Amino acid sequence: MAEVHFTSHLRNLVPGGPFAVAGVTVGDALQALFAEEPQVRGYVLDERGALRKHVCIFADGVRLANDAALARRIGTDTKLYVMQALSGG
Amino acid sequence: MSDRLLLATRKGLFTVEHRGGNWSANLIGFPGVSVTNALRDERGVIYAALRHGHFGPKLHRSDDDGRDWREIAMPAFPADAAGAPSLFQIWTMETGGRHHPDRLWIGALPAGLFRSDDRGDSWQLMSALWNVPERARWFGGGYDDAGIHSVSPDPRAPDRLCIAISCGGVWESRDSGASWSVLGKGLFAPYVPPEQAEDSAIQDPHRVVRCPADPDVMWMQHHAGMYRSTDAGAHWTQLKPPCDDFGFAVAVHPRDAQTAWFVPAIKDEVRMPRDGALCVSRTRDGGKTWQVLREGLPQRDAYDLIYRHCLDVDSSGERLAMGSTTGALWLSDTGGESWQLLNAHLPPIHSVQFV
Repeated sequence: MAEVHFTSHLRNLVPGGPFAVAGVTVGDALQALFAEEPQVRGYVLDERGALRKHVCIFADGVRLANDAALARRIGTDTKLYVMQALSGG
Repeated sequence: MSDRLLLATRKGLFTVEHRGGNWSANLIGFPGVSVTNALRDERGVIYAALRHGHFGPKLHRSDDDGRDWREIAMPAFPADAAGAPSLFQIWTMETGGRHHPDRLWIGALPAGLFRSDDRGDSWQLMSALWNVPERARWFGGGYDDAGIHSVSPDPRAPDRLCIAISCGGVWESRDSGASWSVLGKGLFAPYVPPEQAEDSAIQDPHRVVRCPADPDVMWMQHHAGMYRSTDAGAHWTQLKPPCDDFGFAVAVHPRDAQTAWFVPAIKDEVRMPRDGALCVSRTRDGGKTWQVLREGLPQRDAYDLIYRHCLDVDSSGERLAMGSTTGALWLSDTGGESWQLLNAHLPPIHSVQFV
């Protein structure tokens, strides 16, 4: 199971983290998480399902390029961090 | 007169209230979050449109006058809408009027018009407007995309409304948004090649308002001048005030369609008060003559700009309020003759509404 951590800016929406979820890709893992925590989906993805421009994801310490993040394959013990990019806000 | 204001700001939602002889500001929600527009409807429901810097636009509703808030559905472009853009910002909200008390309109960036008939629980894109062929000629004015900032239902006719788009002109629907036609004869756009300057679909109205008591009379602050229409937006006459005719905000007297207020600034590439001196221009005769009003407003070192949703007049027609890009808020109890600074230290102000 991958482990998903959220930026402190989103913990009011998802106070119970980190979350253990299954998935072959980052996108799979997030969809599994959103099935349990639907209120946070629109804060991470836009209405088209794309990763928001000013949200970034780290997988095992590596920052993923925004446009390729959701398709990134992950392992069963990957740690994912959903953070806010410093470009926005 | 109304003793309460609702302010959407760059750093949260405020009320400003008159109690015991003083006006005081209260941060009532969303500290630190940009509130792009706020609206209190006739029944006291408050809507707050947010734009999180990182996490996108959101919409919240309060049914108890701002004490408790609930995040409600966001309008979205359907996946099969042409281009299917992501919604960047809610730019304006408007109620459906007395005929449609549960109706809420949202004008967005990009320029989608959305309608809810259940107080924001669900939304429908007005696809007929999104699909007009003229949309290919719309373009952004100050933002990357064209956007809808003015929605004006006709109080006489439940299904008739006008909207205004920067930059996409003035449009009318007579069937609650099912079909649309472009209005705006007489508008002139010097920012495009001369042969296109009278194209109604590329005009940049910065703000359009209509007189509640005489709904055929509409006033417009355009990117390139001030205009008035007496036939519900079909034809427009350019006005010639004795001061700058650039600006964003315009307000019309609730009962006297001849009286309106603008807040002038140096035109488009500068966008600040001339000589650092803030003024309000007012006409009481439909734009024939003007008063340039300065009493109580800063007359040196003022760089305040009053955005399009930041000038409001209450139901008396005598009390006005305006809020600026630099967080100053002024009030007039004399139809604009003199002004009182209520607060100089608010966040940048996005909308002002008497409630």
